[in-house]
Amino acid sequence: MIGFLQSIFGEFYGKMIFILLDATQYTIYLSLVAFIGGGLIGLVMTVLKILPNRATRIFATSYIWLFQSIPLLMLLFLIGLGVPSFFKVDVSPWLAAGISLTLFTSAYMSEVWRGALESVPNGQWEGARALGMTFRQTLLDVIAPQALRIATPPTVGFMVQVIKGTSMAYIIDFTDLMRWGKKIANSQVPGAEPFIVFPIVALIYFALCFPLSQWSKAMERKQALGKTR
Amino acid sequence: MIQSQAAPQQASDDIAVTLKGVNKWYGDFQVLRDINLTVQRGERIVICGPSGSGKSTLIRCINHLESHQEGTITVDGVTLSDKMKDVEKLRRDAGMVFQNFNLFPHLSVLDNCILPQRRVLKRSKAEAREVGMKFLTRVRIPEQADKFPGQLSGGQQQRVAIARALCMEPSLMLFDEPTSALDPEMVGEVLETMVELAGTGMTMLCVTHEMGFAREVADRVIFMDAWQIVEENTPDAFFDNPQNERTQNFLSQIL
Ligand SMILES: Nc1ncnc2c1ncn2[C@@H]1O[C@H](COP(=O)(O)OP(=O)(O)O)[C@@H](O)[C@H]1O
Ligand SMILES: [Mg+2]
Repeated sequence: MIGFLQSIFGEFYGKMIFILLDATQYTIYLSLVAFIGGGLIGLVMTVLKILPNRATRIFATSYIWLFQSIPLLMLLFLIGLGVPSFFKVDVSPWLAAGISLTLFTSAYMSEVWRGALESVPNGQWEGARALGMTFRQTLLDVIAPQALRIATPPTVGFMVQVIKGTSMAYIIDFTDLMRWGKKIANSQVPGAEPFIVFPIVALIYFALCFPLSQWSKAMERKQALGKTR
Repeated sequence: MIQSQAAPQQASDDIAVTLKGVNKWYGDFQVLRDINLTVQRGERIVICGPSGSGKSTLIRCINHLESHQEGTITVDGVTLSDKMKDVEKLRRDAGMVFQNFNLFPHLSVLDNCILPQRRVLKRSKAEAREVGMKFLTRVRIPEQADKFPGQLSGGQQQRVAIARALCMEPSLMLFDEPTSALDPEMVGEVLETMVELAGTGMTMLCVTHEMGFAREVADRVIFMDAWQIVEENTPDAFFDNPQNERTQNFLSQIL
């Protein structure tokens, strides 16, 4: 890999790009952790929010409200720096970054999904309930499949926000693309000035995010077409 | 225990629905005022009245899509309340057809008929399919079984909705303005389906302003205005010789 890169970009830049790409894998891992963890918690919050139960609804609403209102950077500081110093425990950057991004993602995901569920017309609930289907059956077999189609494009689109969000984790020493980019840019080595390194870093982020946002847009277009059919 | 508690009901087998002194409010606003109504098994009742008079609310209370605050509603011998155990059983006994069909757009016509049978009646796939086809044939659209609701005309969609409700083998059918959302040329096919259904002896409560239908099949016409039942009569007496002034006004507007 490194040899291949060096044969194209020369010894110096080949090595630099290798280091950056190598660091990119951690950006991807963290994004996946946030996406899967946030997705699961988000799903639970979505269900709690629409259950016909006041207590669960208030809990989920508060949760969503709380984590949507705290900037991601603040979450990272709180969990990566605040918690360790207050409780005198060790929190690895991995754990702190994973938790922060999961909380951040879950709040947005549940908002997107709740919105999708609520955009299914009320008549669908009534139609199913009038046939004798239970709340659960109605939710799973009638409402969720329709909501899923509505929710998929914004969900994939939000993945882009998650990937970009991971770049903030460098602040608590999480070793990812951003952190290595910054390290190299600060190295004072000629040829590795910020105006060279950061565009490369940006290009890698772009390569990760662009296909996702295009995919999301394509799905949205397809749905819009389906509607007018 | 349970048997000894059951109140003796006068010929309860012959009575499908009773409403006694039913009052309902939305917040401070009273939408049903002292509603009394007894529906015999096999009876066909048409409910009409101006928009906002509480017709939808009345029939939605009968399958407990809405709950009432005062009075009693009894359906098939079961008294409705918010604490009732088996509201799903009540709802499958009282089929409902809505103005906007409320078909499931993500399922084919046949699957619309199959899903509730599978979930609610726990029927096998094969049986549910067979029953579904039987009722789609009865409403004369078996050939549309594999299409999606969005590909059908309004009249066809409403007939699917009727077939879907019939698949649950209800003892009572509630219709809430089933032809109001349809283009005029499609009203006939839906009414025809309803007339045929009446011919099978089904107990029917229909909110509709289709006077031809009312004259042809209704045993009784009920006129609602200002959230109460104002007049109640046989169709011929009701249309030809309305007693109440408000009924006369209403009829002069729609006829
Ligand atoms: N969910 C609701 N909340 C408050 N008011 C309602 C609600 N549903 C209906 N209403 C009011 O109750 C009255 C009766 O409504 P409805 O039963 O739909 O009348 P109809 O079917 O005869 O047109 C109307 O004035 C309507 O505005
Ligand atoms: Mg109405």
